[in-house]
Amino acid sequence: MILTNIESVPGKKIVEHFGIVSGSTVRAKHVGRDFMAGLKNIVGGELKGYTELLHDSRQQATDRMIEQARELGANAIINVRFATSSVAQGASELYVYGTAVRVE
Amino acid sequence: MEELIIIIVLIAIGYFFGSYAEAKHYRAIAHWERLLLKLPVVTSKNMLDPDREIEKAALVTGNVVVSIDYFKRFLAILRNLFGGQVKSYESLVDRARREAIIRMKKQAGRRTDIILNLRIETTTIGRNANQDKGIGSIEAIAYGTAVTYRKTDEIHP
Repeated sequence: MILTNIESVPGKKIVEHFGIVSGSTVRAKHVGRDFMAGLKNIVGGELKGYTELLHDSRQQATDRMIEQARELGANAIINVRFATSSVAQGASELYVYGTAVRVE
Repeated sequence: MEELIIIIVLIAIGYFFGSYAEAKHYRAIAHWERLLLKLPVVTSKNMLDPDREIEKAALVTGNVVVSIDYFKRFLAILRNLFGGQVKSYESLVDRARREAIIRMKKQAGRRTDIILNLRIETTTIGRNANQDKGIGSIEAIAYGTAVTYRKTDEIHP
């Protein structure tokens, strides 16, 4: 599966469009991580636990989107966009969407 | 009284360790930016060389969560009283975005020739973040399309 965030797949010709595909996941942090992050908040700097958590969640959302595209018979997704929103205290939603296409 | 002492101690810890960590982070950013300087990143979508054949195109991403220290948060609260430029938060978002771009470039790898249509998004996260004291930690994500040209010398060695 080829993913791009521009209107085409460079070097390939689009032969069929399948419309929008998307994937989302809602994640909350666990207490231990939150506690460590609270401590790290005092001195500042990167919160590695959160970085990994968000990275993994985004990966999961992307996998769901790819699964959906594969069911439609697509082999590429163009114009991929990421969006993040906090739905509740301590939980955030990661949303990925794009256009499923078939390329030669 | 005891609470006041705790707050003062936290601010002092934040000041010393926070400035040290920030200086260290900026050194690391400068180092990596120099190393990755040869890989161009553009926000344009059509910057490809039409004469060269394309081998691969793929989505690359990089993300980072950075938190502010207690001292700077305190400064920002004071700044809120008078208004104006909040320098302590400027360095926070600057660090996050530059680090995210570096990670994206690292993911693209050495063979990549250009990254098209760079997008950067920033969100506030964390339970401590959105409480009355304002933004505490932010996430920056950078993503784009990495394009690799077919190397002619590989076909005819």
